[in-house]
Amino acid sequence: MNKYKEELLNKRYKAEKRFQFYGQSAIFVALLFLTIFIFKIFSTGFTAFQKTWLIVPVNFDAELMLLDENPTKQDIEDADYYEIALQSMWNLDPNANEDQQNQLKRMVSYFFEREIKQELLKDPNLLGKTTEVYLTASDDLDQVFKGNYPRDLPEDQRRVSDYQLKIFDEMVVNEKVESKFNISFFTNADSREAELAGIASSFMGSIFSILVCLAIAFPVAVLAAIYLEEFAPKNRITDFIEVNINNLAAVPSIVFGLLGLGVLLAIFHLPRSTPLVGGITLSLMTLPTIIIAARASLKAVPPSIREAALAMGASKMQTTLHHTVPLSMPGTLSGTIIGLAQALGETAPLILIGMVAFVNTIPGSPMDPAASLPVQIYIWAESAERGFVEKVSACIMVLLGFLILMNLAAQIIRHKFEKKWS
Amino acid sequence: MIKISAKSVDVFYGNKQALFNISLDVEEKQITALIGPSGCGKSTFLRCLNRMNDVIDICKVTGQIMINNFDIMDKTCDVVRLREKIGMVFQKPNPFPKSVYENISYGPTIHGMAQSKDEMDQIVETSLKKAALWNEVKDRLHEPGTGLSGGQQQRLCIARAISVGPEVILMDEPCSALDPIATAQIEELMDELKKEHTIIIVTHSMAQAARVSQNTGFFHLGQLIEHGSTDKIFKNPDNKKTQDYITGRFG
Amino acid sequence: MNLVLFLFIVLLGFTSYYFGRRKAYAIQSTKTRLTALPKFYGYYLAIWCAIPAFIIFSLWAVFEPSIVKFLILSDYSNQGYLDDELNLIYEKTKSLARGQFTGEITPFIERSAEKYLNFRSIAQNSKIVIVLSIIIASVFYAYNRLSGNSRTREPVEKFLNAVLFAASLAAILTTLGIIFSLIFQTIDFFKVIPLLDFLFGTHWYPAKAFVRDASEPLDPSMYSDTFGSVPLFAGTFFIAFIAMCVAIPVGLMSGIYMAEYASNKVRQYAKPLIEILAGIPTVVYGFFAALTVGPFLKELGNSMGLEVSAESALAAGGVMGIMIIPFISSLSDDVITSVPQNLRDGSYAMGATKSETIKKVIFPAALPGIVGSVLLGISRAIGETMIVVMASGLAANLTFNPLDSTSTITAQIVVILIGDQAFGDPKTQAAFALGMTLFLVTLCLNIFALKVVKKYREKYE
Repeated sequence: MNKYKEELLNKRYKAEKRFQFYGQSAIFVALLFLTIFIFKIFSTGFTAFQKTWLIVPVNFDAELMLLDENPTKQDIEDADYYEIALQSMWNLDPNANEDQQNQLKRMVSYFFEREIKQELLKDPNLLGKTTEVYLTASDDLDQVFKGNYPRDLPEDQRRVSDYQLKIFDEMVVNEKVESKFNISFFTNADSREAELAGIASSFMGSIFSILVCLAIAFPVAVLAAIYLEEFAPKNRITDFIEVNINNLAAVPSIVFGLLGLGVLLAIFHLPRSTPLVGGITLSLMTLPTIIIAARASLKAVPPSIREAALAMGASKMQTTLHHTVPLSMPGTLSGTIIGLAQALGETAPLILIGMVAFVNTIPGSPMDPAASLPVQIYIWAESAERGFVEKVSACIMVLLGFLILMNLAAQIIRHKFEKKWS
Repeated sequence: MIKISAKSVDVFYGNKQALFNISLDVEEKQITALIGPSGCGKSTFLRCLNRMNDVIDICKVTGQIMINNFDIMDKTCDVVRLREKIGMVFQKPNPFPKSVYENISYGPTIHGMAQSKDEMDQIVETSLKKAALWNEVKDRLHEPGTGLSGGQQQRLCIARAISVGPEVILMDEPCSALDPIATAQIEELMDELKKEHTIIIVTHSMAQAARVSQNTGFFHLGQLIEHGSTDKIFKNPDNKKTQDYITGRFG
Repeated sequence: MNLVLFLFIVLLGFTSYYFGRRKAYAIQSTKTRLTALPKFYGYYLAIWCAIPAFIIFSLWAVFEPSIVKFLILSDYSNQGYLDDELNLIYEKTKSLARGQFTGEITPFIERSAEKYLNFRSIAQNSKIVIVLSIIIASVFYAYNRLSGNSRTREPVEKFLNAVLFAASLAAILTTLGIIFSLIFQTIDFFKVIPLLDFLFGTHWYPAKAFVRDASEPLDPSMYSDTFGSVPLFAGTFFIAFIAMCVAIPVGLMSGIYMAEYASNKVRQYAKPLIEILAGIPTVVYGFFAALTVGPFLKELGNSMGLEVSAESALAAGGVMGIMIIPFISSLSDDVITSVPQNLRDGSYAMGATKSETIKKVIFPAALPGIVGSVLLGISRAIGETMIVVMASGLAANLTFNPLDSTSTITAQIVVILIGDQAFGDPKTQAAFALGMTLFLVTLCLNIFALKVVKKYREKYE
């Protein structure tokens, strides 16, 4: 074998190895991104599940609260807590001047009055006594305690002053600072103050939107799929419908937002910013997905089943409703869940129909204004405060958690209940 | 002269054994036919000879296959070079979705056999002439190979196989997808080709085996029942099974 | 009020069903054979209840508002008001009647509001009476006609068929809805801003349009350089281009590797993991791009002495590309797997290596399918919104420097429409015009891509 041939052969084998390497590195790159992404989200997000509390002694001085002897429950409700709240913070440093007293006040959230009031309502016997109360730390201190805040910046570039840090560090040494599981992240609505912000309202907004979406999209899509797959004659109209469905599946989501804005809001005057409108818009987006999945499931039911039913004298409608459709349900449901999972993650259309307003109450029905989880992520991400960064990541973790659950559910339904027609 | 010598070849698909202890010698520059009922392993054996079974993940081949005094089952055997020396024609014609010219030039290109366009043109023309296809396609060299008729496509595949100058040509039921006229053309071609190449053909048509081959091997249920000259196998076989198959009692 | 009526009708429906079935059983007990199961008699009657109700309801909903408006405005008909002014008067009347009016209350408006409330309550009451009487009349009529010979199953099934057909029209209705919602705004927009300015203008600065006084009539010449969409088109295609530069090599090579080289184990784990990338919501990608990728690229660039924006097109395009990888990867995987084994065998038998076979035989054979998948990927890139909004700046900068920030059509739609909008305002209309453009472009791309993939399928199946 001549030298030229041998060289050529070597080159070819080298090319083969290189090609394989490219393929492997491509997969590696994709997985690397996934890993970096998960790592980053988790590492910034997990601190959001902890909340920092300052333990502060509070003197429930009846005089300062403007209460007389033997107050009733109602009196305690209506009392003025602002003075004793201020006092308790000022007492952290009896030598503080006016400016420093202001700074002391800002070390806790503006809920601190309410938190002190709750303490007294829980145990009215505390009246006239001094006791330690847990107060929510301000978001800046919260970040400092979690180590997210750069303490070494020059003071005028920081949101936490040297003085506040001094007092804070003293409290840490005296074990007056605690970190506990952050329930309020899950139970609070949105807030301008990062330390108090929670996902409850956007979570309910998402739930309501998805429920409305399901209620509209599922029946319409399944009925449409049944018609197209079992009853539709092969004519122009049917072709046109199918072309429409395939096109809709590929239309960018923001165009659906414009549809919601232009038709649902402008013409039908449905209430803006509500999960009702959001749900209707999402259902239009999800229709093609469910139709396509349902059709595939219907197609997978073997003709022998249909023929057996027809041979028994059942009408076409009866065959379809009693036999074909039930057998295709696992696949249809699986596809529906996946469609809903996609809808859950949609942001742009909901922004356009107004579900981006700052909502600080938890919606009680689909007609109350709300945001949704992805929109909440957007809102918080656009905020400049450092305290929101961990909240965004935590919210992402919650959203991804739901998406994983839904996808798992879809897989389980498909594998467990779908009959394998061999 | 013995070109190919197989000794104790076993083939497994996963846990299922498909070939049992096959030992067979193939004469140089003659046509050897492998016959037997469907599913008896003849194609599987054929594919061992150019290591095409490597392409199938679950297939395992053991034993020894000597070609030119070199065991191709050995770990050091370079499959790419082996297949340059052994060409294959498949049951269903499989021209590449390229032009006629590119179909033929594919092999010589990757094996670096032509240094210039003229040389390549020459190789293409020679191969097509040897395959008795040149006159029919010389004006349509740059049209798609898939546009030819079934018989023409198969001759194109044969021309492609011989374009790299193989010593052996393996043919796996090459005529089963073709009409009688095309079949006759290919059989005529095979007779010409055997002057330069050793040919092994798998066929389930005994008549074809009797027409074209000088040697025959009879396979049944993964075993090589009998092999020898075509004359002997067809007129005076040693084994009763062979006799039964030839006379049409089964298969 | 409507809800109560609706529920009552549903109740009537159930009642009709019950009576229909009862009659069927009654007929059966007289030993006459029925032509259908009793329940179909029930459904039949229920349909006779539902359809007239539905028809009346719809007609009422469509015509009542116009009729009421006509009646109210007839008071003002001879006073020389323009259409616009009449509309305004009517709007004020309505809001006063609803208790939402916050302006000056004139006696005219007060009277009209009272009349409005009157008319509404008359309409409401008559609706109830008419609907209920029609239902009862029709059900009664149908009930009396029921006999052992009544073919009830067929009409019921025909009705169901119609319902199914109507459901499938939903897709067409949606498409019509989209076109409808876009087209009027777009036309209005182009009445003010010339089409050529929009298509070829190189400055997009709708903020200018925010600053005007809403009551001033629009002076088109003021806006000759505010609604030029060239920077947006450029930005959209530029970022999509960057995205495809990431997505195509990685997606294609990983698809090829998984189809041809990967062991079953690798495929089993790697494929679903890569699919996860497709399931991550785009807002999350946007956050990641803004939080991590953007600053990282800026640092990297600065350390190399380059001027990199924190909101570079490279950051947004790169992350968008990663999002598109799984689409191209899995479509390519499918397409390559479906190339017939026959072709591969032919190439291997010639002594080709695996990569040679892939490069010279399989890939060309699969090309139309792969091109189709790439086109669909491009379509996604063009239509993508959140990643750009969060990671790539909101100023429509005309640039082809990947280290600069630029904006896309989709991002601008969000910028314009976030917050309150007034319909009739050119910037709101501009957003719709952009939406129309986007819709048409992606529609054409998708139709073309599907055609290409279809042609490929025909070749091999």
